[in-house]
Amino acid sequence: MRANYRVEFASGIFLMLGVAALTWLATEATNYGQELGDDSYVISARFVNVGDLKNRAPVKVGGVSIGLVEDVKLDPVTFEALVEMRIDRRINELPADTSAAILTSGVLGDRYVSLEPGGDPVFLEDGDELFITQSAVVLEQLIGKYLLNPGSSEEE
Amino acid sequence: MFARENWVRAVMSPFVQTGQCGLFMLRMLAGLRFSSEQLRNTLQQVYLIGARSLVIIMICGFFVGMVLALQAINALEQFGASDQVSLLVGKSLFRELGPVLTALLFAGRAGTSIAAEIGLMKATSQIDAMELMAIDPVQRVALPRFLAGVISMPLLTGMFNAMAILGAVVFSIGVMEMDAGIFWSKLQHGVYFGQDYMGGVWKSLVFGGLVSLIAVFFGSTAKPTGSGVATATTNTVVLSSVLILIFDFIMTSFFT
Repeated sequence: MRANYRVEFASGIFLMLGVAALTWLATEATNYGQELGDDSYVISARFVNVGDLKNRAPVKVGGVSIGLVEDVKLDPVTFEALVEMRIDRRINELPADTSAAILTSGVLGDRYVSLEPGGDPVFLEDGDELFITQSAVVLEQLIGKYLLNPGSSEEE
Repeated sequence: MFARENWVRAVMSPFVQTGQCGLFMLRMLAGLRFSSEQLRNTLQQVYLIGARSLVIIMICGFFVGMVLALQAINALEQFGASDQVSLLVGKSLFRELGPVLTALLFAGRAGTSIAAEIGLMKATSQIDAMELMAIDPVQRVALPRFLAGVISMPLLTGMFNAMAILGAVVFSIGVMEMDAGIFWSKLQHGVYFGQDYMGGVWKSLVFGGLVSLIAVFFGSTAKPTGSGVATATTNTVVLSSVLILIFDFIMTSFFT
């Protein structure tokens, strides 16, 4: 009976250690708990070009992350990119004339969506669309333009 | 000279064995009762299989984490991206290295001992004695070991991953003096709970069932001689290592 008690004690310790390790990993080493879940709403915006914007890219206002890009797809009629963004419910007073731009963090960093709040007294709600958008700057196109028309503005 | 019969037998034996193994598992799971006696037996096996493997798993995990961090820093330094080291270590650990290496170690540490133990019980007629007493040895001997393997494997994988992350912390923050804040924030933003973490947990559950099923099956079907037990032990390690890697590929290609 005594030996059996020790076995049960040791396996109890093992089970608790294992569960503790799994929980520690989930909370400290993954994005667990950072999902927005139900406490959020979705707004969308159309862009001519989204660059390489990916799902789960951050949506920021003034550099502070307030949501995630949920989906990037192509509108089959207008051939514009339709970006759906899931925004934290705590930020629920974004003006209706908020504008969206796709920027890059750092010179070669990841793309993110930057929102610039306007002054409209009406607020954005779930399913609304942003109308003022600015597309991503694609580096290759910029370089191409400079190579093809060198000094077009100043030297003439 | 090989008779025609021998060839037929050689070709068919893998299929026959797979079938036997499947039937064995059904017979074993049919004995699932959740009675207190069964729980106590399982707990004892969790101690023998899981808790006794803990030290080797933790030591291996720590050094795997250290060497991963070392290699990742060396490779990433060429692109000036050595602060991404925790992301690389974390993703590769959670998705592949944690479950697979733990399962391989588990097959070597616990799978062999299960197969040898049951084989020896057979060689010393303990299994026959149980059958005479109308106790089903499959449910009395094999089932607790199988259950203990399925329970222990995810926990062992968790300990392995935790020690490997600690090893990476020790090397990259302690030795290479990188920034601790960047290390943790890269992990928390780059490693996804649903894909990376849970994918690894599912894998480890499957591997746990696989290794302990093979060990229990080979132990129970071993020839009751010294060399029969030796063959069963060897087959357990060889077959479970191969199957772990095959199943790893299959699961990865389905879930990502």
